[in-house]
Amino acid sequence: MKRVLGASVPLGAALLAFVLGSLMILALGENPIAGGSAIIEGAFGSGDRLAVTAVRATPLLLVGIGITIAFRASVINIGGEGQIIAGALLSTIVALAIPDTPKIILLPLVMVAGMVGGGIWGAIPGALKAYAAVNEILSTVMLNIVAVQLMNYLLRGPMIDPIEVDGSRIPQTERLTDNAAMPTLVDGTRLHLGVVIAVLAAVVVYIILWRTPMGFRLRAVGHNPDAARAAGISVERNITMAMAMSGALSGLAGVMLVFGSESLRLVTDGSAAGFTGSAGFNGIVAALFGGLHPLWTIPSSFLFGALLTGATQLQRALQIPAALAVALNGLVVLFVVSSDRVGGWLEGRLNQGAYDSETAELRESAADDLEPEADLVSADDTAAPQDTVS
Amino acid sequence: MSEFFTLSVLIATFASAVRLAVPYLLAALGETIGQRSGVLNLGVDGVMLLSAFGAYYAVIETGSHLLGIGVGLLIGVFMGVVYAVVTVNLHAKQGISGIGIFLFGLGFSDLLSQELVGAIQPIRKLPSLADLPLVGGVFEPLEDIKYLGELLFSHNLMTYIAFALVPAVTWMLNSTTFGLNIKAVGENPQAADSLGVSVERTRFAAIMIGNALAGLAGATLSLQLGVFQQNLTNGLGFIAVALVYFGAWRAKWVMAGAMLYGLVTATRLQWQARDIIPNSASDLAAMTPALITILALVLLAKRVRGPAALTKPFSRH
Amino acid sequence: MKTTRARRWLALLTTFLALSMVAAACGSSSDTDSDSAAATAVSDCGTDNSVEMGESVTDLSVAVVAPSDSEDRAFTQSMIDSLTRLGIDPQVTDGTFQVDVAADAIRGYAEDGIEVVVVHGTQYGGSLAEIAPDFPETSFVWGTSTSTNDIANVFAYYPEAQEGGYVNGWIAGAIADGGSIGVVGPVEAGDAVAYINGFSAGAEANGAGNVAVTYTGSFSNVALATEAAEAFLTTGVDVLTGTSQSTVGAVNVAAENEIPWFGTQSNQEAWSSDQVVASQVYHWEVILDDMFEMIEGGTLGGEALALTLENGGLVVEFNGCYDLDGDIVDGAADIIDEIIAGDITPPA
Repeated sequence: MKRVLGASVPLGAALLAFVLGSLMILALGENPIAGGSAIIEGAFGSGDRLAVTAVRATPLLLVGIGITIAFRASVINIGGEGQIIAGALLSTIVALAIPDTPKIILLPLVMVAGMVGGGIWGAIPGALKAYAAVNEILSTVMLNIVAVQLMNYLLRGPMIDPIEVDGSRIPQTERLTDNAAMPTLVDGTRLHLGVVIAVLAAVVVYIILWRTPMGFRLRAVGHNPDAARAAGISVERNITMAMAMSGALSGLAGVMLVFGSESLRLVTDGSAAGFTGSAGFNGIVAALFGGLHPLWTIPSSFLFGALLTGATQLQRALQIPAALAVALNGLVVLFVVSSDRVGGWLEGRLNQGAYDSETAELRESAADDLEPEADLVSADDTAAPQDTVS
Repeated sequence: MSEFFTLSVLIATFASAVRLAVPYLLAALGETIGQRSGVLNLGVDGVMLLSAFGAYYAVIETGSHLLGIGVGLLIGVFMGVVYAVVTVNLHAKQGISGIGIFLFGLGFSDLLSQELVGAIQPIRKLPSLADLPLVGGVFEPLEDIKYLGELLFSHNLMTYIAFALVPAVTWMLNSTTFGLNIKAVGENPQAADSLGVSVERTRFAAIMIGNALAGLAGATLSLQLGVFQQNLTNGLGFIAVALVYFGAWRAKWVMAGAMLYGLVTATRLQWQARDIIPNSASDLAAMTPALITILALVLLAKRVRGPAALTKPFSRH
Repeated sequence: MKTTRARRWLALLTTFLALSMVAAACGSSSDTDSDSAAATAVSDCGTDNSVEMGESVTDLSVAVVAPSDSEDRAFTQSMIDSLTRLGIDPQVTDGTFQVDVAADAIRGYAEDGIEVVVVHGTQYGGSLAEIAPDFPETSFVWGTSTSTNDIANVFAYYPEAQEGGYVNGWIAGAIADGGSIGVVGPVEAGDAVAYINGFSAGAEANGAGNVAVTYTGSFSNVALATEAAEAFLTTGVDVLTGTSQSTVGAVNVAAENEIPWFGTQSNQEAWSSDQVVASQVYHWEVILDDMFEMIEGGTLGGEALALTLENGGLVVEFNGCYDLDGDIVDGAADIIDEIIAGDITPPA
């Protein structure tokens, strides 16, 4: 009963957001019912649409589970966009360098390369936070900017498709060879192996976080850094490690965006979102909709991917500007994340009696234990808090 | 290179830096107040976009910059109420709710722009002091002073307001009851609560002020540029949030951060214009404000603790 | 620059006379069409420049997928305007800057049975290579690109932006008269580079002292474009030009400081009726018309078509409100002729 309630409140919130969205659609002179069905049809309407939804969800899932790791160590990682780009760049460089390698070697190799690229791009802000007291929101925002410019430089310069140099000068790489393409799982659809890899990664992350000493240390650092330090756990190393792992998973998302794409190229339009589709931000949303739990992030990223895919159909079917879909996204996020407390309140009301309310409180504090107390701590209290170094 | 290091060019570069910095400064000051009370707002960019459009639209329809700024302010206040309810009353996770506001602001401002305005048209920019109606004559001779005129007296009204807000915010936080309440509520809400300070009301007010300033920032941006386009801010709001950490929650260091960012940007554009930086390195040049900000913080950072209760919702247990 | 109405009318009349004289001269001295006349136009001062729906040239169903807003007064708008001139009201999916989203839209239109899908974004080409073979009955019209990648049902289109750029630059050089010119560019890629290279060459060929180019690093950051233009002012430029969606910032700076401005992609007079001298306007309809004919005749692709001064796809539209010296106008017309004849090849 409680689980149903737990799931229905966010769904109710999402519906409320859709109501507002319908009002916007009405204001544009279109039929919101048609809009709603366009979204559903676009996301789930056929086998092929399901495949597109799954493929769309894959980078969200990967970024999301990376975010989960970082949050558990109480670091907030909004550098996903840059880490995706870094992973995509490094993996594409590798693929361009050794184009004739057989697929079975090349794909794992580029995935590793992507994780290394993203991992570095995540480790830098992690280390800066741990060792130099540079807040991670600042460093990730700045590194996102650096990553875009790096991509622009490489794609219009050293990495540009040789054909383009005297041609249209499109800032893109040449088409990678077919052995670089992610294998398709179901013929005739665009469902590729990356989806499976992402789900497996979610399981692996779950295992790491709750079944390994490293995961325990990460969570300890996130829960109470002073106690962790007293217990001999290196807070600095673990924060850096968490950010590196988070970055690595975003980097892997970047690999999926290139090697799972139809074009098999890395192309830029000068912005981050043009390549990533804002997966770096949407992944955060998916992670939080999944309660910061890697396994729950699987369905939540699928649902969020459905929303994004359906929105394209909405745009096409009703000639509604893409901007409305973006705004609707934002509303869904806002409403769902606001509904947390409403859910708890509803539960309390439905359970009369001291015993039941006690159980509810126990459950709440257990949930608190699962989540770090300092969710998004950006204060520099992981460094020696009382020191002021002049 | 030598032409750059002439006084007039240096002053012009500084003036350009100021123009660039003002929206960052306004938004960052607002975020500082909010964060001091324990609330992180990642949705600043969305609020700025909405108020930027609102101000722009007001000027298109009425021609009044004053009204434009007012509309921007009101939009900021409204979004402040929304965010305050979501954060203080509904205890939503702050980073993510901010992203929701950002996405909403990004999409809705774009939608409104397409539906209400259509093909973008330029508007008259915010006038400098000397061009103000009625009172402008007073400032004209000031603006004409060699060098100092351009440096100090040639900016628009919002610029002066923004810089005046720096000591005002500092004073408010350090010397008024309200400001001390804000800090208390950000450091130790339980203790503040037991002393009779209403955590909810204080945070509510701080969030509204913060978002109001973000609204001013957005209005200033579109009215300074004289146009609105989708995603006009290009991430400005996020950089403003980053600058709060750069400034260690102190208004004057936040200002230093905004000026640093503006100065590096203005300088690299100057150097690119004079071919001191060749076009082959244009991407590298575009990276420099971000890199230098990180570098500056690494070199200069004092290990200052932030508000201890930042991002933690308050419940009286 | 304040001109009385009488002076304006005189200037307009002179311009028209000059152009028609040039056109007549060209027409009588060679046996080709007076193409240079097709490659220029003069707007009426004070008119709105909005594009009227023309007579429909085809019954084919058309859809457009484009990265930026349809009314951006730049890249995307130029395509929408062109289709409007051909009497076509296409289905549009705009704002799809993410490639995979655009790919989805392209595929969707093809699945819906749209006969001509205009893929108005260079970055979509890779995806198109995968989609087009799945829909052999659909014609895909893709730009900007110089190559169809050998796909049978893909037409490619691109502007020889350096041609109009050269003309703009030549006129700018005349106005600058030994002074310097500032160019505000976005990212050094695509047709931005072609325009800028052509412009620089034209300006330098006609006596400009120094043509300085700044690439801001962003296609959309208006604040950067504004300050880049301001930076040029401190170097003492006499003329400004720029390209991309963010260019409105630079135009505003030119307008405030009474610096002549040259535009590209779309007619930019709406930005400043006083300071815009001329714009290189992309008239895609010239080649779209040809493509529609071919498609109706059964050829669904396989060719790359260019907008040039010669075919009227590139039109240098003079601003009727700007008082341009008659000699310069004549000279520009000569330059256009030379480009068309192949005597001048502007660098891309």
